[in-house]
Formats: sequence, structure tokens, C-alpha cells
Amino acid sequence: MSETGPLAGEAAGKVTVDEVLRVAELANLELTADEVPRMQRDLNAVLGYIAQLNELDTAGVPAMAQVGEMLGGLIETDGALLRADSVRPSIDRAAVMAAAPESDGRFFKVPKVIER
Amino acid sequence: MMQTIDEVRGALAAGAVPATAIAEQHFARIAADDGAEPGSKHINSFLSLSRERALAQAAKMDDLARRGDELPLLAGVPVGIKDVLTMQGSPATAGSKILEGYRPPYDATTVARLEAAGAVLLGKLNCDEFAMGSSNENSAYGVVRNPRALDRVPGGSSGGSAAAVAAGFAVASLGTDTGGSIRQPAAFCGVVGLLPTYGRVSRYGLIAFASSLDRVGPLTHTVKDAATMLQVLAGKDELDATSSDRPVDDYVGAVAKPVEGLRVGVPAEYFGEGLDAEVRVAVERTIEQLRAAGCSIHPVSLPHTRYAVPTYYVLATAEASSNLSRFDGVRFGLRAKDANTLSAMFKKTRDEGFGAEVKRRILLGTYALSAGYYDAYYRKAQQVRALITRDFLSAFADVDVIVGPMTPTPAFKLGEKTDDPMAMYLADIYSVAASLAGICGVSVPCGETAEGLPIGVQIMGKHFDEATILRVGSAAEASQRG
Repeated sequence: MSETGPLAGEAAGKVTVDEVLRVAELANLELTADEVPRMQRDLNAVLGYIAQLNELDTAGVPAMAQVGEMLGGLIETDGALLRADSVRPSIDRAAVMAAAPESDGRFFKVPKVIER
Repeated sequence: MMQTIDEVRGALAAGAVPATAIAEQHFARIAADDGAEPGSKHINSFLSLSRERALAQAAKMDDLARRGDELPLLAGVPVGIKDVLTMQGSPATAGSKILEGYRPPYDATTVARLEAAGAVLLGKLNCDEFAMGSSNENSAYGVVRNPRALDRVPGGSSGGSAAAVAAGFAVASLGTDTGGSIRQPAAFCGVVGLLPTYGRVSRYGLIAFASSLDRVGPLTHTVKDAATMLQVLAGKDELDATSSDRPVDDYVGAVAKPVEGLRVGVPAEYFGEGLDAEVRVAVERTIEQLRAAGCSIHPVSLPHTRYAVPTYYVLATAEASSNLSRFDGVRFGLRAKDANTLSAMFKKTRDEGFGAEVKRRILLGTYALSAGYYDAYYRKAQQVRALITRDFLSAFADVDVIVGPMTPTPAFKLGEKTDDPMAMYLADIYSVAASLAGICGVSVPCGETAEGLPIGVQIMGKHFDEATILRVGSAAEASQRG
């Protein structure tokens, strides 16, 4: 969160084609050749806009992940509301497997996992 | 045309019109004006109809009425469901090709609660793909037209939910709101849209977009109907650990209470540059009418308002990149053909199945969470989210509700912003702050432009204080009639 982070330094207009491809790989997305420059342009436009967050001094401000954290106990956040850990019926397996693109009725079938 | 819950329930109780006939009337209206047939308005709000289920439920309500039994709150009321919520056996597309053909084996809790309260579920409503959009132009199943102006967008992402109510296809609908997706389309289509407090309404059976922000809520013609819908929807659900067990208020009763003595905050930050002049006039007139009804008006400051949209686009996309990893061609929906390995199958399926905006957001969110950028983007945005929330908590120390424009402009033209993601994101400039803070809000029609386009006023309230925003919303609505 310092002034030397990506927001201040390499932010707006700096995402390269290589970075777009790297992030696409991380996200399991295969972009077509004409999608890459468009995504690069759009990512840079949005990241440039997001860079204005760096105007704010957030030193000492807690990172807020959930609404309940901010409400001083108005919403219970310590887990007391978790339901009892007991066995009970769930959705029928046959109904779940029937929605899969490929299944033998017991398991999901997928193409081979080990690639050589 | 029956437009309200009371009209439907009243007709049923009096034995005047059976629920089955009311359901058929709505299906007939959908058949005439929703599809692409010649002479139709081609609103394109419904993606699928659940005719059999609807008519069976209507027949059940008719039996109750015939026996003279007490009718449940939503007896016979035709309701549409946004297609990001599951209905057992009905398609659930989330507006995406990647879920084409998927029929989930269970009901969302909200769907089950509506039906248990007598509602007749007509079918599933069009939306932006995975609820990502502000115009409904990101649906893989075609744009939705605004019933009030067919060349304009209905707003998004719950565009189908707003349009179906505005067009008279349904008396009420369910939408979801992550950054404005119930309230903004409600304003664009001239209906009421309610964003309940985070945790007030169960999300079991909602296809997740951004889990710290996603909420389910109703769209209706009147504030009282929104209150009735919330009465049915609100409350703890064992199947959703984020749902709250706080007691549910009497929302229907609250709507009838006078607003005299309530303190209304008006934030200067919501009336700055970029606000359409006609929208400003209509909202300021509504505030004056609330003053005339006995409210006191107070300036309040929400100084971090301008950081809400950039904060939202970091957090929502980061959460989406994680949530949408489950769409991989293994368990449901689309699987790309001709992929010989597992990783090729994942990539091809996601490339074929996701549209451009979804890919854009997954990439942005993955980037923001990736090594070296996490602190600068994700953590920073979480901190600014805390500042935005503190703004509201401190304003609500002095006022009961905060009132401002719902959208900077009325509904824009189809195609006007599709090439410019940033321009599209700014359509949510007045809605995202409430989403980030987890507070409740409601959009209520407050007039129209010279061209006849609807304008919405938003009323924001404290966490779990839906009763007060509905009460003020009802007063704002009444002032339109007076």
C-alpha cells in the first residue's frame, strides 16, 4: 500500500500482452487472438480508473472482508450461528449426476488428467 | 390489469377471479408481447416459463379460496424469478452459454418461501450474464427492451425482473443486487426495487457472483408490495450461514405509519457533476414533499462516495474470479467438444461458454489477486470499503434515512455504452456505496422526464432497518399521487 506499489508505479496503461496471457492462464481462460488486444485495452482503462484509490491514506484502516466486521456485534460473526454438525439427507446423487455433461451415474467423467 | 398483491389476493378471496385465470392472463400477456413474433413488443424478459408448476400452484390456491380457508400472503400472485436463482427442474442459465441445458435439482430458499406463501411462479427472467452488467446487454440470450421506451435499456443486471413487472407480465419478481442490480433497473423501468440488508434474505440457491456483496430482493409496482414480499423472504435460513437470525420486523405494518418526525439526510456527494438536470429536479422535489409530510431534512456527508465504483470493481471482480472457477465443464452445463486433456477442456469450455464482460471481470479479478498485486489492489480496496462503511455509520448517527438520486441519468439507449466498459460502470455510481456498506436501500419512482422516461429516488437505511426505508418510500410514493 505504499506509494511505490503497482498503483503508483506501473499502473495505468502498463498491463502488457504477456501479462494478459499470464493472467488468462491463471484463470483457465483461452483467449482468441482478437480478444487479447481488446482485453489489454479494457484492463488498462479500468486499472487506470482504479488507481485513484491510491489518493487515500489508508494506514491503520482495517481491511474489511465482510459487512458484519464493521457492525460491532449487530451481526453475529464468531460462528455461534453455524448449524449442528449432524448427518441429514442431501440432494439425491442421481439427480446431481444427471446434470453432468458426462457421467457413469456414480462419477463425473473427464478427459485424461496426466498430459504427456 | 391487476398490478398489486392486494388486487390479486382480494379478487381471489372474493371469489371474483380464480388464480388459474390470473395466471393464464399473465401467460397470455407474455405470449403477446415478450417473444419475437410479429406485432410483439419483444421485451425478451422471460428465458423460460414454468407453466405446469404455475398452474398446479394456482389450482391449489383456488382450492383454498373455495374452501374459504385463510389465504397466505402471496396467494395466487404471479411472480417471475431472475435466472440466477434455482428452481427445481427449470433451466438456470444465469444469462450464460456456459450453463445452457442445466436444470438444477433443487429450489433456492427464496423460491421455496415465495411458493410456500402462495405465489405462482411463472418462470425465469433474463439478466446480464452472471449478473455482470448495468444494461442487460451482456445476456447470452439477447437484450431486454425497456417497456417504457423500447429503444432503451431496462438497466441491469436484473433487467428482465424490472421489465417483466413494468410490462405487466408479473405482479412481482425476484432480482439480485451486487452493485445496484435491483435498484438501477427498477429506476430505469419505473418500478420499486428493494435491496435488503446483507444477511436479511437467504442466498441458498443463488448462483454466486461476489459473495460479500450479493443480495436477493423483490421488484414490484408499489412500496407496500415490496414490503409484503420482504415479509415472506426475510429471516434466518439454516442452509445459508451468512443469513442473520435477527428478528424480522413488521414491514407491511411499517408502510402505513406516518413519517412525521423522521430525519432525512441528503448527501451533497450525490448531487454533483454528472447528474442529469431532470433527475435532480425530480429528486429534489421528492425531498421537499418529504419535508411537507413532516420529515426534517439534514445535509450529511459521505466523503468517500467517489471511491465506491473503483473499490467495487476490485472487490467484485476478485470474488467473481474465484466464484466462477466452478464453471469448468465437469459438473453442469456446457462442455467443449474435442478437448483431449483436462486442462484443454477447462480452457475451451470457459472460452466458448463465457461472454466478453465475464472474461474481462475474471481477468481483472485474477490480476488484482495475483502475486505482487494483492496488497496494492485487493487489500487497498478492502480498506477503502471500511472507510465507505464508516461514512454511512457516522451519517446514520444523526439521521434515520439518506435520500438521493438512484441513477445519474434516466435509461440510456440500447448500444450506447456497450463499447466502453468504464462508461457502463459509472451507471452504478449512486448504487455501489450502499452495496459495499451492506446497508438496505429502496428505489421508488418519483416522476418522469419530459420524454416520459421514469426517474427513481433512492432511500438508504441503517443495517436491518428496512421498516424505516419502506415507510419513507411509501410517503415518497404517496406524494407522487398527491
